[in-house]
Amino acid sequence: MELNQTAKDLLKTITDVEGPIEGAYNIRSNGKGVERFSTENIKIVSKEDKPGIDIIVKPFTQKGSVHIPVIITETDINDLVYNDFIIGEGADVTIIAGCGIHNSGHAKSEHDGVHTFRIGKNAHIKYVEKHYGEGEGTGERVLNPTTIIYMDEGATCEMEMVQIGGVTSTQRETQAFLEKEAKLVVTERLMTHDQQVANSNMIVHLDGEDSSAQIISRSVAKDESVQVFHPIAQGNHVCKAHIQCDAILMDHSKVCSIPEIEANHADAQIIHEAAIGRINNEQLLKLETLGLSEEEAEQVIINAFLE
Amino acid sequence: MLEIKNMTYEIQDNGQTRTILDDVSLQIEKGKILVITGPNGSGKSTLAKLLMGIIQPTKGQILLNGQDITALSVTERARSGMGYTFQQPPRFKGITVRKLLEIAAGEKLTEEACCNYLSEVGICAKDYLNREADTSLSGGEMKRIEIATQLIKHSEFTIFDEPEAGIDLWSFSMLVETFNRLKARGDRGLIIISHQERLIKMADDIMVLSDGKITKKGKADVVLNQLHCDKMTYSI
Repeated sequence: MELNQTAKDLLKTITDVEGPIEGAYNIRSNGKGVERFSTENIKIVSKEDKPGIDIIVKPFTQKGSVHIPVIITETDINDLVYNDFIIGEGADVTIIAGCGIHNSGHAKSEHDGVHTFRIGKNAHIKYVEKHYGEGEGTGERVLNPTTIIYMDEGATCEMEMVQIGGVTSTQRETQAFLEKEAKLVVTERLMTHDQQVANSNMIVHLDGEDSSAQIISRSVAKDESVQVFHPIAQGNHVCKAHIQCDAILMDHSKVCSIPEIEANHADAQIIHEAAIGRINNEQLLKLETLGLSEEEAEQVIINAFLE
Repeated sequence: MLEIKNMTYEIQDNGQTRTILDDVSLQIEKGKILVITGPNGSGKSTLAKLLMGIIQPTKGQILLNGQDITALSVTERARSGMGYTFQQPPRFKGITVRKLLEIAAGEKLTEEACCNYLSEVGICAKDYLNREADTSLSGGEMKRIEIATQLIKHSEFTIFDEPEAGIDLWSFSMLVETFNRLKARGDRGLIIISHQERLIKMADDIMVLSDGKITKKGKADVVLNQLHCDKMTYSI
């Protein structure tokens, strides 16, 4: 199926790729798979019992690359998909996911992606998920991602979950289970505007000895938008975890940040930090003394904060 | 030339008018160093903020090369050739040291160019370029980066508000060398607010403020002599 220009533009926005995609990929458009390519080491196969795909990465694959973008250009659509990632022992792979919605109608367009990762012993993945909405219609653009991560001994996982704008509402649920010496770094970056709503719940279970997790949440709330973050780090063994939530408030937005830490082992070291506030006047002033206007300074601060 | 003519700054305090700066006039030419000194609370930093447009005077005028810039905003002054360093530079989550330098330059910079500017303020550049200018940097490191942003920015006149505050002795020596180099280039005037004797001794002209009034003003050697006669003490 040939993608139209709107779909191609969306694809570029969420994947940062123009032209042919390298490595394995699966493109899903309006609830259907439209293009797929497996490589020798990375197989993508359809699920038989429910909508979605299995992405199977062979053990010890090096510099693997997978793109699994989802685009929605129709109005009144509810796309639920289950994607499972099975990452073999010692593999090293980068996965670019993400969803772009262009809703030019007046009914809701929704994508609910349930992603489950099983990361093998000493495997490493980098996962980037970018969410974006646009469209001249009044229909809502809804993205509700669920992410479940199982990490074997010595596995490392870097997750970047980004919402760059235009998403009317999002309910994000993330769960991770870390075995011995597993290391997880989650960076969540969100921008909301108008009357948008974003809720993000995250729980990281540090079950294995010397496992570690870092959760970084940075967000900007504009206009009348509302954001609620609730990350939890639960230390069940000798482990280290650090939660850091920072939000910039603008206009009449509201942000609620509830970092929660729980130690169930005497040698669990868990830290949380949270800060919410407007852009500091001194910061604006500093950039103005370098020749930027107030608006330019504000934009530089927001872009850098979310970068 | 940068001139201040009869500048007064008043604030309202519990219904009373308080004069913070009283009829202050000064001038400085490019290639010269003017040090403004005086006791704490004498109005030095207020004068620096007035020069940069951070606050507006109650009366008086600021002229840059004969052009009245009194009504210009901070941004407009920065674009007209004024520079300013903060006593306590703000920190930014997400903005890297390199990005700050590039904003100051108004263009992308090569790694080599960034390194040269940072070396001038005594920072080993490669270790710093991609670090965020946030709370992970010490006060002294932020201060040096602050000064580096003003070395890069093309300004005709740069105001340094207590550049020695919060930096160690080693960094201070670098700072003195930096000011000497800037002066030797001759392409900008430096207005340094300071209590530091070594900085005061670098001046071409010195102005002493006390209770918002100029108590002494003139060539450095003359004013320094008067200050010593007055047994004024400095911190070293």
